[in-house]
Amino acid sequence: MHRFANPAEFNRLADAILPWAKIIMAAAFAYGLYLALFTSPPDYQQGESVRIMYVHVPAAWMSMFTYMVVAAASFTALVWRHPVALLAGKAAAPIGATFTALALITGMLWGKPMWGTYWVWDGRLTSVLVLFFLYLGYMALWRGLDEEDKAGRAASILALVGVVNIPIIKFSVDWWNTLHQPSSVMRMDGPTMPAEMLWPLLTVALAFKAYFIVVFLYRMKLEINLRKLTVLSSIEARG
Amino acid sequence: MAGLKTRKKQRLVVASVAVAAVAGAILLVLFALGGDSLSLFLQPSAVHAKEIEVGKRFRLGGLVAPGSFVKAEDGLTYNFTITDCAADVPVSFKGILPDLFREGQGVVTEGRLNADGTFVADTVLAKHDENYAPPGTMPKNAEACTHPEGLDSGYGNSSGSR
Repeated sequence: MHRFANPAEFNRLADAILPWAKIIMAAAFAYGLYLALFTSPPDYQQGESVRIMYVHVPAAWMSMFTYMVVAAASFTALVWRHPVALLAGKAAAPIGATFTALALITGMLWGKPMWGTYWVWDGRLTSVLVLFFLYLGYMALWRGLDEEDKAGRAASILALVGVVNIPIIKFSVDWWNTLHQPSSVMRMDGPTMPAEMLWPLLTVALAFKAYFIVVFLYRMKLEINLRKLTVLSSIEARG
Repeated sequence: MAGLKTRKKQRLVVASVAVAAVAGAILLVLFALGGDSLSLFLQPSAVHAKEIEVGKRFRLGGLVAPGSFVKAEDGLTYNFTITDCAADVPVSFKGILPDLFREGQGVVTEGRLNADGTFVADTVLAKHDENYAPPGTMPKNAEACTHPEGLDSGYGNSSGSR
């Protein structure tokens, strides 16, 4: 763990992972979308609209997974003051915000023909919107304060306060009456969908995860290089 | 060096306790508010238990009772019963029903009770359940039930037509 707090070490590790992550991403996207759009059957009630689910559900999973990455990075940054951990949260947040937006938009596009409305203020939809705002707030705090370390610390505290929203999102459909359906895959008694629908879903989920790793590592490298640049130019200014 | 270690340990404890305390506080508030205030809709049993006054706007949700769906003669008004397997509320709705509206399926409606206890809805949303399946292999709806009057429930093996 401490080894990766060293930026040079991190860069080396990132360069070793990146090509593999790209291969997995490309293969899983191609195969997953082929399964989702061509070979998987329509649903007995939703018809062809069910195919939105193959993007919506993985995006929603990633929105929560990425938040846990931001929160874990924030916790590490606050407790152990690792500069790389601080940058990890900064690098992951916009990816998470994008996945959250994707989940919200695809959900609305599915909701209009299926439910009959784009939006209702039920427990699930509202808590995911709160998640989106948490990401925006985190990113705004990073930009809001001039001193990088202070900005990062403020953003990290917000990220940790927001962690409670993750179990709320997950269990909102069990705790309260919602328009949103309960979980179909992540449930105690096993998935409520046949294998020919579950496989494309899991393959796209894998593609999204690989995509996250690729973009996250590039953003990390960028942040580390930006830091180096700041340090170098301040040395140059002094010299 | 020893001082640095204790400070890190201190921060670890403070951060862990703070996260747990904030999360606990928020969850306690949510549970204290109770299910009804955070739920999107009331179910028929809750409507009966609360004796909601006539004309007060709220959302009513539940299953469309099998065999209860009737289209009125004007061709625009639909009458059906919403049940939660413990109580029923008759509903009247004038408008366009969503595609997924079916007997035995969940719906969420918004409107007001009138003087004779009928819920006059101006919005009907279909609630999709968590089951996915290819056509012709309809999964068993775990929520499906015969409603209290013991009306015959044809749901579960019939095709999902309206």
